[in-house]
Amino acid sequence: MKKLAVVAHPEDNVATAVRNLSKGEEVHVDVDGNEMRVKLLVDIPFGHKFALRDIEADMDVIKYGEVIGRATRPIKTGEHVHVHNIESLRGRGDWEGEKK
Amino acid sequence: MKIMGYIRPDGRVGIRNHIVIIPSSVCASEVAMRIASHVEGAVALPNQHGCCQIGADMELITNTLIGLGKNPNVAAALVVGLGCEGVPTEKVAEEIAKTGKRVEYIIIQDCGGTLKAEEIGTRIARQMAQEAAMLKREEVDISNLILAVECGGSDTTSGLASNPVAGYVSDKLIELGGTSMFSETTEIIGAEHLLAKRAVSREVADKLLEIVRRCEEKAKTMGVDMRGGQPTPGNIEGGISTIEEKSLGCIYKGGTKPVQGVLDYAEPPAGKGLYIMDTPGQDIESITGMTAGGAQVVIFTTGRGTPTGSPIAPVIKITANPDTYKKMEDNIDFNAGTIVEGDETIKEAGERLFNEMIEVCNGKLTKAEVLKHREFGMYKLISTF
Repeated sequence: MKKLAVVAHPEDNVATAVRNLSKGEEVHVDVDGNEMRVKLLVDIPFGHKFALRDIEADMDVIKYGEVIGRATRPIKTGEHVHVHNIESLRGRGDWEGEKK
Repeated sequence: MKIMGYIRPDGRVGIRNHIVIIPSSVCASEVAMRIASHVEGAVALPNQHGCCQIGADMELITNTLIGLGKNPNVAAALVVGLGCEGVPTEKVAEEIAKTGKRVEYIIIQDCGGTLKAEEIGTRIARQMAQEAAMLKREEVDISNLILAVECGGSDTTSGLASNPVAGYVSDKLIELGGTSMFSETTEIIGAEHLLAKRAVSREVADKLLEIVRRCEEKAKTMGVDMRGGQPTPGNIEGGISTIEEKSLGCIYKGGTKPVQGVLDYAEPPAGKGLYIMDTPGQDIESITGMTAGGAQVVIFTTGRGTPTGSPIAPVIKITANPDTYKKMEDNIDFNAGTIVEGDETIKEAGERLFNEMIEVCNGKLTKAEVLKHREFGMYKLISTF
């Protein structure tokens, strides 16, 4: 069977779609040998991420077992995870001004 | 393991046999391009720099031009100066000549204008091309190879598949006694702690953390969120959300070997094994830096697709995005889309890519070479005066 989504590391709270996936689809993902099922709340384009579990606002978003950013609002399991709901913690020149 | 290469007078091994026409400055670039256009096997390095620069910024451009001329893929070099620029034309030629290869220089103002310089330069390059054509490939050990690994136009398939495949090739080359380097300091931001752990010494780890800190500080001086510049709009469209995600995927291209050293832009590695060069994330400037540091072959991973080549080294392009391979097959040499589709493992694709690299070293032309893609750009420290 062709893979639909990839989880890079067992500690990740996001998966990456390797097909264009549709809202309502139940996606089977392999998390370190264990199968996990996630029902998608929205369409997920190829290469984009969806949440494997609920992520609270301000919580770390984990991929490759490492922090890739922080949720700017609550993200539900199966929801699209991208620039609209996570932010970077690095290279934030916009924060420098706020500090002054 | 053996490859077929050109043994240069200094003992280093080239896998291409270029005549390189190096303008000392922007003012000599047009003449350099015209000379190269007349001569089979000649490539020019047209650029915007070389004059009205000062201090370390001027040295950087000078050293980069020298490094490119010294690259063992270059059989002979002609340096073209206008005559009044900051980069010292004669010194560039002298430094390259220390490799023992044939190097000449001409000054446009001394030749008496562009037409005369073009004629004189073309005649020199014509002789060089005929001499270079007499050189034969010989069997040499693969440990002579310096691989540069680049990634550009990334999407999420880059970190999940094509970069690990490139990293596999890098690891294998190092196990066979060779050298590999990767770069793009911007795309280490958020992943530097993982690379620092792989440094062979405290000094190497500290230098790595320092170049990343400097790079991030420079980005912050612009007063904006770097997202949109890095990751780029295309990266974001491809699914990459933050610089941390991009970096964590990028560093897979450096494989798993210990980091022997952190190189300044265009600096050659002092030994064998894995090195990191301090370059911007912009692909062209990054590849220029690594080829100036002596890399003879480039593996370039892409998600969104890119046509990039290099005037100095063959660039082997690979993607793990099956759609991108289909769409840009004219530009991309290697399809690793099999991995995300579950048809091939990283190791299987890595072995395939390693074999492709050997063929390219032995003379197989990459698509960028066939289509004459010779993108060239040099990094600069500050604006011109």
